[in-house]
Amino acid sequence: MKAALICLLAIVHREALRFVSQRGRFLAAIVRPLVWLIVFAAGFRAALGLSIQPPYQTYITYEIYIVPGLCGMIQLFSGMQSSLSLVYDREMGSMRLLLTSPIPRWWLLFSKLFASTTISIFQVYTFLAIAALTGISFSPAGYLALLPALILNGLMLGALGLLLSSTINQLENFAGVMNFVIFPMFFLSTALYPLWKMAEASTILRDICAFNPFSHGVELIRFALYGQVDWFALLWVLLAFTVFSLGSLWGYDPARGMVRRKT
Amino acid sequence: MTARLGVQGVTHSYGKKTALNDISFSLEKGMFCALLGPNGAGKSTLFSILTRLFVPDAGDITIDGHSLAKEPRQALARIGVVFQQPTLDLDLSVWRNLKYFAALHGLSGKDADRRIRSALERLDMAERVGEKVRALNGGHRRRMEIARALIHDPDVLLLDEPTVGLDAATRQSITRHVHRMAKEQDLTVLWATHLVDEIDDSDHLIVLHQGKVCANGRAGEVAGTSSLQSRFLEMTGAGE
Repeated sequence: MKAALICLLAIVHREALRFVSQRGRFLAAIVRPLVWLIVFAAGFRAALGLSIQPPYQTYITYEIYIVPGLCGMIQLFSGMQSSLSLVYDREMGSMRLLLTSPIPRWWLLFSKLFASTTISIFQVYTFLAIAALTGISFSPAGYLALLPALILNGLMLGALGLLLSSTINQLENFAGVMNFVIFPMFFLSTALYPLWKMAEASTILRDICAFNPFSHGVELIRFALYGQVDWFALLWVLLAFTVFSLGSLWGYDPARGMVRRKT
Repeated sequence: MTARLGVQGVTHSYGKKTALNDISFSLEKGMFCALLGPNGAGKSTLFSILTRLFVPDAGDITIDGHSLAKEPRQALARIGVVFQQPTLDLDLSVWRNLKYFAALHGLSGKDADRRIRSALERLDMAERVGEKVRALNGGHRRRMEIARALIHDPDVLLLDEPTVGLDAATRQSITRHVHRMAKEQDLTVLWATHLVDEIDDSDHLIVLHQGKVCANGRAGEVAGTSSLQSRFLEMTGAGE
């Protein structure tokens, strides 16, 4: 038990050191959602009418609506970034070092997941602090209730990254992940528009959005910011986390999956 | 007596291509064993299986009597590995790199510090502890990786072509050093290589060719009256 904890802390520490040394990555992670918040949301405010819907009890501006989606976006990018670093680690050999440790493999992978989630949570709170300076703020209880939602959403997206990393052969293929995972997941979700608004355009699009686990991650964050729990979203996120985790365990199983291929 | 490292009937294929075909051998305490084979002989596949990066289609590996298939944790805890490809974090110091590795084996605090110092001393690297890995030359990086593989006091040290890319003098110095460690510290060493000049006559030698063991015995005896180089070329069909 003690050995597992030492291992977890070392992996988190290493990820943190790596994150600190990559200032560009941090800057991009913060600037990206801020551009959406300040530029995109300002333009959309006039064009998009939002009705009162839970968890909101009154009319809200589009900037308020979009914040949970942008928190999710930070975690989505962070999850994919960690998947990229896993592929890089595998190509550079440090993944071999990790996998030959006598600590159980599922714990090693969970530690990686936990480390990337911790980094993404730090980024989200930094973004929210800057958003608060521009006048978009929530109650202290909301910020606190947000933490478990971010942990769950981060773990789910990190597990997806882990799953992808076990199936991506080479670093060069990562551009494909951007096009086929990040963008569809973000745009076909409730991050930018509520479901009913999507339904006005197309019911198929609405159904895809409702199926997308990222939508539920965003809703979990949205409700948490108001101290509430969206139970359905919570269940959906837990389900997706379980499926992605089992998939990654399969992918990294020494008897099967990706690592078996000749390197 | 239980062998330190036992390989029994290991077979592995990539699709239709057989990479290892019924490999068996065993190594005792303090033995330096060279695993010699041309490129593509199956050395790296065998190393991946020995370090449980993947499991073989058939056969088993035992380390100090612990089966890698049935007791992977106990078996892995007794192995130190130096991979062919460097696996260091270049932007971290030697110390930080070693601390990270120690933690992957569940070691921390003063115990880890003591083991790291001792491992660096064993490789004459103690004075490099604070330097960034990027600042080290190729030979020192390799020594550091060997020191890292010794932190948890393994009984078996596996090195996959550890001298690749090094100049002749550094190559010789590292080869000598590991030979000495095997003898003086009762370490069982499996040293994969395709360079015969890294092998002493008194070393144990396993020649691997096209996934099969072609020779298994003392290097001097395997060579017989000819040189090891010509005997090796003869066995692998490259000398004709």
